[in-house]
Amino acid sequence: MSTEVTHSPQETWSPLFGRLTLDWIPYHEPILVGTFAGVAIGGLIVLALMTYFRLWAPLWKNWVVSIDHKKIGIMYMVLGFIMFVRGFADAIMMRLQQALAAGGSEGYLPPHHFDQVFTAHGVIMIFFVAMAFITGIMNFVMPTQIGARDVAFPFLNNFAFWMTVAGALLVNISLFIGEFARVGWLAFPPLSGAAYSTGPGMDYYLWALQIAGIGTTLSGVNLLVTIFKMRAPGMKLFDMPVFTWTALCTNVLIVAAFPVLTVSLALLLLDRYVGTHFFTNDLGGNAMMYVNLIWIWGHPEVYILILPIFGVFSEVVATFSGKPLFGYKTMVWATMAIMVLSFIVWLHHFFTMGSGAAVNTFFGITTMIIAVPTGVKIFNWLFTMYKGNVRFEVPMLWTTGFIVTFVIGGMTGVLLAIPPVDFQLHNSLFLIAHFHNVIIGGVVFGVYAAVTYWWPKAFGFKLDDRIGKASFWFWFVGFYLAFMPLYALGLMGVTRRMQSYMDQAWQIYFVIALIGALCIFTGILLAFFNFFYSTINRKKLACGSDPWNARTLEWATQSPPAYYNFPEDVHVRGKDEFWRMKQEGFKWSGNYSPIHMPKNTATGVVLGAMALVFGFAMVWYIWWLAIISFVLMIGTVIAHTFNYNRDYYIPVSEIAEIESKGTVA
Amino acid sequence: MSTPTTHSHGTMGKLMMGFAMSIILTIIPFGIVMGDPAMSSNMKIGIIMGLGAIQIIVHLVYFLHLDTKGEGGWTMAATMLAIVILVIVMAGSLWVMHNMNENMMPMPNDMKALMDAQGGEAMPLDMDNMEHGGTEETGH
Amino acid sequence: MTMIDTPLTGRVEGPAGPSHPADHAHGHDHGHHDSPTPLGFWIYLMSDCIIFGTLFATYAVLGYNYAGGPSPKDLFEPGFVLIETALLLISSVTFGVAMLRAEAGKLDGTSLWLIITAIFGAGFIAMELYEFRHLIHIGAGPDRSGFLSAFFTLVGTHGLHVTSGLIWLITLSVQLRIHGLTEANMRRLGTLSMFWHFLDLVWIGVFSFVYLVRLI
Repeated sequence: MSTEVTHSPQETWSPLFGRLTLDWIPYHEPILVGTFAGVAIGGLIVLALMTYFRLWAPLWKNWVVSIDHKKIGIMYMVLGFIMFVRGFADAIMMRLQQALAAGGSEGYLPPHHFDQVFTAHGVIMIFFVAMAFITGIMNFVMPTQIGARDVAFPFLNNFAFWMTVAGALLVNISLFIGEFARVGWLAFPPLSGAAYSTGPGMDYYLWALQIAGIGTTLSGVNLLVTIFKMRAPGMKLFDMPVFTWTALCTNVLIVAAFPVLTVSLALLLLDRYVGTHFFTNDLGGNAMMYVNLIWIWGHPEVYILILPIFGVFSEVVATFSGKPLFGYKTMVWATMAIMVLSFIVWLHHFFTMGSGAAVNTFFGITTMIIAVPTGVKIFNWLFTMYKGNVRFEVPMLWTTGFIVTFVIGGMTGVLLAIPPVDFQLHNSLFLIAHFHNVIIGGVVFGVYAAVTYWWPKAFGFKLDDRIGKASFWFWFVGFYLAFMPLYALGLMGVTRRMQSYMDQAWQIYFVIALIGALCIFTGILLAFFNFFYSTINRKKLACGSDPWNARTLEWATQSPPAYYNFPEDVHVRGKDEFWRMKQEGFKWSGNYSPIHMPKNTATGVVLGAMALVFGFAMVWYIWWLAIISFVLMIGTVIAHTFNYNRDYYIPVSEIAEIESKGTVA
Repeated sequence: MSTPTTHSHGTMGKLMMGFAMSIILTIIPFGIVMGDPAMSSNMKIGIIMGLGAIQIIVHLVYFLHLDTKGEGGWTMAATMLAIVILVIVMAGSLWVMHNMNENMMPMPNDMKALMDAQGGEAMPLDMDNMEHGGTEETGH
Repeated sequence: MTMIDTPLTGRVEGPAGPSHPADHAHGHDHGHHDSPTPLGFWIYLMSDCIIFGTLFATYAVLGYNYAGGPSPKDLFEPGFVLIETALLLISSVTFGVAMLRAEAGKLDGTSLWLIITAIFGAGFIAMELYEFRHLIHIGAGPDRSGFLSAFFTLVGTHGLHVTSGLIWLITLSVQLRIHGLTEANMRRLGTLSMFWHFLDLVWIGVFSFVYLVRLI
């Protein structure tokens, strides 16, 4: 690292601005200046258009302060897609750099910048893309699947969302004010400690994740209680759709695992701010404890991401095969088995850190065992399709793409579970290929399946079929082009996070990977174009409330659902209740009674904004601002509790009027 | 009758029962430390931790009114799961970290034993270098 | 019934509702007559419990790294900890009495016992602050060794929880004077009572594992 040219300004501190000086604005880095110009111009255009079309008041009233779980779910998806653009920009920068920087060439990204890019890519993709997506899908779908009118704690839902946004904003602010961490996405000390990571980058990382983490944990509690307490009358646990089951298990994992992340990051924060010795090299610190703790969270985290996606695929497979899901009960038990097992495999992330044979063997075996319930699921999906009346519409296409890709990723995972093999492949590109194989092949494909599948429910029209298929094929082919070469490179011994390398024989693989990334880029663009194109043509693509001939309760609502979801209570008698209702000729009775609903509130967004200011002030050591924003936050919470008037009843006349309108295209 | 708080907060008798038991379960461990009775250290540690665990259960039952019926059994289920996770986090961390410290951190005192055991030369651990090797500022 | 309360605030009382009779409402509502708040708050507490568990694990792992500095036997006074323990235990019981008063519909009694609880809680916090100040003063602050970092963080996190409990207790006392023992306030009181008892429960772990066994 001695050759590294950094632009870190001198550490100074003033009472007013903390350590923030003009030198921290990266106006000497052309890439950042260009990005900033692009973001600024784009932002200004959006602001101007919104002002021109007078969209500010509706945005505030209908979305920002809304405590409607469906709108919050959609906002999570929007956040996820915006952050996805940012994370993907990082990815393509890395691919380009590595395709160029062979045999003595330095490429176009200096190490100082490259290190920030790979850190930001990982952090953003996991915390602000994947987490936002799965929270969004769970928020939108799960309450309607169990026949509920909203989540158990609607205000908390809104608050959790804005905390996530605050964290995401903090990461993005680091792009233009200061710098981001240069430590890899999990920020292992001592590199991430005060001694080796000076400057604000690491503090941006910590505060962004702490703030967003509060939101995630609260949202986990909220969704759990929703499943426990808000199910429609008659719906027993084993009547719940499989997606709801997976949401249940995922939220159990969130509630149980995120506190560990909170503590790990908090201890690192204390090391950096207070001078404690948890993870330092000297005075009794132990950096290995951080690695141990963060992976106790980190492994459940990957199942937090994938379990709801398993649920998505279960719904899609059942619907498009025209028959009930094969092995519903084994699916549920497999999900629960994964939930528990995911807590006893964490050491496989650091086999090489120096545990003895007994420990490594134990965690190697548990890791292999966890592949069994996952395999059960794969067979269940295959048997659901077997002899079914399978319709290969776009969500189903993503599902089959997933099954093929995920099995390959799972196999390489079992390979890595063998400690001696892991000693060869640890931190190599083989590992990178493996986890992208399961995260892209699993989570990303699943998100696209979910978006295509539930889009008509959310907006009342389908996405265009041809563009959707084209997007899928670009993604699918692009994935294999981008990541199969990394498996090969990993076996050749290429390590991850390399800014440049000498061996020119590797270059061709990196070039192929770049071509794959560009294919994926095309797939992403097509997907965005599809949102735009379909919205323009929404009259033509308009569909009824049940366009896929689906089986679960969310399809009994209007498309888009009225804000109260169901005009009457649904009395559930078993699995696939909506299917049964359709067989019996489903129709609402029209005998409505007033519906009890919560009122919107701006407290959530205000608290999120204050948290953002607080995080920024802490990053830059602007203590006065930190104290003020913190006190204001506490004050706002207390003031909020003095509001005893938070709900109302929807009169019968309004329900009747909305229901008489039926589907709105 | 259908109070929305769902679970009763007990009676004065139950509260005082819990109080009395807590007092006893607190006095004994403090007595062991302050009175220094004649017994082995492991015995003392075992008693203190055991009584602590019992007192936690007493608090759960008498103060927090935990039972198998509240909230359709979900509070109990959540508690059980939390205990499982706690055991995994605490016992797992201790096991993993102990194992790693054994394997990874030969302190100067251990060096000779290690070298004898392995019959070869062990890499001397240059702590000074580790501490100062990377601390120099990366310049600006 | 669609619920509108949060673990932070407890259930709040809504408008009286439309003119349909209560039984009718039950028939058409979701059949969930009870609030999700107690369960939600319990799950939050379990989550908090894992925060403490992780800090206990950290103390267990790093608690012997004195780095040439003081060890527990040099620093901890069992008599002092016993008084802290007594304060917190008594405050737990007085909160229990306050709950019983509230269930009996006695607003003044509830307020009185809440104030007594707050006094004991504040006494506990004062003692803890004194201990911390003393330790830092003699050079045994959180930056002295891995052991002391873990000690200060675990005990300090517990102290911060008790402090937030005190702020909550004062807030709720004011709200009790404004609105009385309404359904919403009863729910809030029940939630705070869970929180308070939970903190006493965590303290059992602290005095046993952090202080006492290290003095053997």
